[in-house]
Amino acid sequence: MQWHSLDEFLAMGGYGFYVWGSFGVTFLVMAIELWLLNKRCQHTSQEVKQEAI
Amino acid sequence: METKSGFNWFKYASPKTFYPVAGKIIPWCAISAAVLIVYGLYIGLFVAPTDFQQGEGYRIIFVHVPAAWFSMFLYLLMAVYAGMGLVFNAKLSYMMATAIAPTGAMFTLVALVTGSLWGKPMWGAWWVWDARLTSELILLFLYIGYFSLQAAIDDKNRADKASAVLALVGAINVPIIYFSVKWWNTLHQGASVSLTQAPAMAAIMLKGMLIMAIGFWLYSIAVVLIRVRCEILERDNKAAIFKQGL
Repeated sequence: MQWHSLDEFLAMGGYGFYVWGSFGVTFLVMAIELWLLNKRCQHTSQEVKQEAI
Repeated sequence: METKSGFNWFKYASPKTFYPVAGKIIPWCAISAAVLIVYGLYIGLFVAPTDFQQGEGYRIIFVHVPAAWFSMFLYLLMAVYAGMGLVFNAKLSYMMATAIAPTGAMFTLVALVTGSLWGKPMWGAWWVWDARLTSELILLFLYIGYFSLQAAIDDKNRADKASAVLALVGAINVPIIYFSVKWWNTLHQGASVSLTQAPAMAAIMLKGMLIMAIGFWLYSIAVVLIRVRCEILERDNKAAIFKQGL
């Protein structure tokens, strides 16, 4: 464990904005990809169901 | 085509056979991806020590480097599938190439943005027109060009072929990105991990980065397979509607 307190962890030795910004952007973009993909798959499966009727 | 062993290698090249197989692989990849990414984050944020030169700012590499690797690797994979599509005229290969592109573009964007967030404190600039950064930006444009070309052509067959040619021609950019730090005098630092030399970083940092990379790899497999299944359904559905229209 590298940290002695939560503040120290969040501050990242003064690089907090850049480090948290990087991790934040990465997982935000991945989450958006999953969200868009889920939307597309739902749309497709609905269309397929309508087609089957 | 039957081989001597009796195993039919082309069996899984049919979208119909591939669809359920992909469905079985997805949950395993998704779960292992989540576990590895959480473990990688734990190592990267809690276990790995402070870097003696870059302080805590270096921790960006735990997302930046794996994202940059997969931006390039997924492009090559997309180009290989596109090439196989052209050679064998295999629909599933084209669909795989189409399904890989958005995830590749996503990792390219992540590599560029996290690189920029690293560049500002370390170099004092969000962006410089250095060979590594410029060629990575070109990679993003190649991905965007690939989608746009597919979207611009109505006939799916022609769209597949035209975009496959673009993917193959653009593949020349990947070795340029990879070797740019050797070929030119770039501001971007050289490779810390290479196949020919011992890694120039602490073992625990390397471990965290590799675990994140495997996590991103499994994430990519899961997402691409979900997308390709969606693509199979969409194309099948369009074909069915077209037949009814006749």
